[in-house]
Amino acid sequence: MFDLLGAALPSRLFLGTAQYPSPVILADAVKTSGASVVTVSLRREMAGGRGGEKFWSLVNSLGVRILPNTAGCHSVKEAVTTAKMAREVFGTSWIKLEVIGNHDTLQPDVFGLVEAARILCEDGFTVFPYTTDDLVVAERLLGAGCKVLMPWCAPIGSALGPVNIMALRSMRGHFPDVPLIVDAGLGRPSHAATVMELGFDAVLLNTAVAKAADPVGMARAFSKAVDAGREAFGSGLLEPRDVAVPSTPTFGRAVLS
Amino acid sequence: MRRVLVKGAGVAGLTVAHELAARGASVTVAEIRSQMGGNASWSAGGMLAPWCERESAEQPVLDLGRGAADWWDAVLPGQATRAGTLVVAPPRDVGELDRFASRTSGHRWLGEEDIAKLEPDLAGRFKRGLFFSGEAHLDPRRVMTALHDKLVAMGVDFRFAIDGQGLPGFECEVDCRGIAADDAALRGVRGEMLILRTPDISLSRPVRLLHPRFPLYIVPRADHHFMAGATMIESDEVGPVTVRSMMELAGAACALHPAFGEAAIVETSAGVRPAFADNLPRIETLGNGVAINGLYRHGFLLAPAMARQAADILFDIDKRVGACA
Repeated sequence: MFDLLGAALPSRLFLGTAQYPSPVILADAVKTSGASVVTVSLRREMAGGRGGEKFWSLVNSLGVRILPNTAGCHSVKEAVTTAKMAREVFGTSWIKLEVIGNHDTLQPDVFGLVEAARILCEDGFTVFPYTTDDLVVAERLLGAGCKVLMPWCAPIGSALGPVNIMALRSMRGHFPDVPLIVDAGLGRPSHAATVMELGFDAVLLNTAVAKAADPVGMARAFSKAVDAGREAFGSGLLEPRDVAVPSTPTFGRAVLS
Repeated sequence: MRRVLVKGAGVAGLTVAHELAARGASVTVAEIRSQMGGNASWSAGGMLAPWCERESAEQPVLDLGRGAADWWDAVLPGQATRAGTLVVAPPRDVGELDRFASRTSGHRWLGEEDIAKLEPDLAGRFKRGLFFSGEAHLDPRRVMTALHDKLVAMGVDFRFAIDGQGLPGFECEVDCRGIAADDAALRGVRGEMLILRTPDISLSRPVRLLHPRFPLYIVPRADHHFMAGATMIESDEVGPVTVRSMMELAGAACALHPAFGEAAIVETSAGVRPAFADNLPRIETLGNGVAINGLYRHGFLLAPAMARQAADILFDIDKRVGACA
């Protein structure tokens, strides 16, 4: 079990719920992968909560923890309002906080993010901030009351994987006790394994699964990769060396030529 | 089978009415609205594009939809335009074309010159594209009006402004009310669209512009009109189009061709697509008939196949037990 802020989660894989071919395929992907948390966008997927009860009940029937998000919010005020609506609609104080700085790239507005995080933390929310890999921003978010961070590893939907390993390493090193969840930019299971090997606590992904030719198969592949990466991290990885080191002694070997 | 009541005059109701009337049934169509139109079908794109749709839809959509253009041609000659579908992507998103190609069949790659030959007004705007030559399109409003008129000529009785509940004298019924049907398994998926008018651009076929988040299509209509669609929102809200959706649709139209920036926005509409959880259509047997529903975003594409199946079931029941006789 993965203990995240007091919640015992059976898996370190979180899935988004957008862009699947159908709700049935979404449900199969979640079940098959054993994902423990799903994110839902009140604004972008459900018209701000108006008339989306059917989809909401489908998501709810998955039986996994819901992490509503504020996707589509570009200002502190919008994000705070959407978070409060989400708390009522979904009955959880968990909120994945997104304050978008650029409509096209969906890069987070980290200044607005810190401000909105402070307001929501003071209001009793458990804020999961979608942020960059910037350490100072991360510190400000923790100062604002966040207990968990969700750095990107590449722009949303880019499928590039970890483009700045150094930044992710130093983030892990700087915040050894803060749950860190890589959110956005993962394209392949090997990307997920890579960040889990670095010691990240979980990954959240959506497009890489939802837009795969077989979303259910891809969800299962990611699930295995997340488990493999985590187990490798816990098992002590061999650090790379510049020279070959044979696993058997070279002296005393029979030389036949 | 003598007298059948069809509830709903959307594309599902009209196609099944035709299928039943053509096989000799006496058909009455009851429509809750006071005239044709105003339903989800009225706001549809009218693309008969099963190969393109297969990018995100499952195999039955292709299997059921590949005969749609033939059905429309046979029933309403000249209404479907068989000119294929062109798929392009803005320079930054050309990778989306490879993904689209890998998920679909029935296409061939086009270079810049091939695109210019197909659509001269798009010359020089896209380096690569995909052409789905087997696809077709139609204008839903013209087609629904023409089918209504043909059905009237065939003796089908249209009753507007009634839901048909308790209407006496029918042996069986076909429920085609879409999202208005009382089916707990149905959900609404809201779609928004714009109708644009500009004499500055001509297109001969639907063009799909790929984008990671806002894929859009433009379907040419008569008299310099274009339909730009369509959003997909998990909601059964029927209210007006939002500013954001309008900006996404209009922005994508301009990305296809900047001249759309000067186009008049003639209409904005929102409709609610009826969908089951697997986004596939279903025929369900009722006490005294069947229900066709869940056509989702594939009304004009899948209604003919569903209408045939529904008619087969009704005539089969008719033969075996005389339930509808």
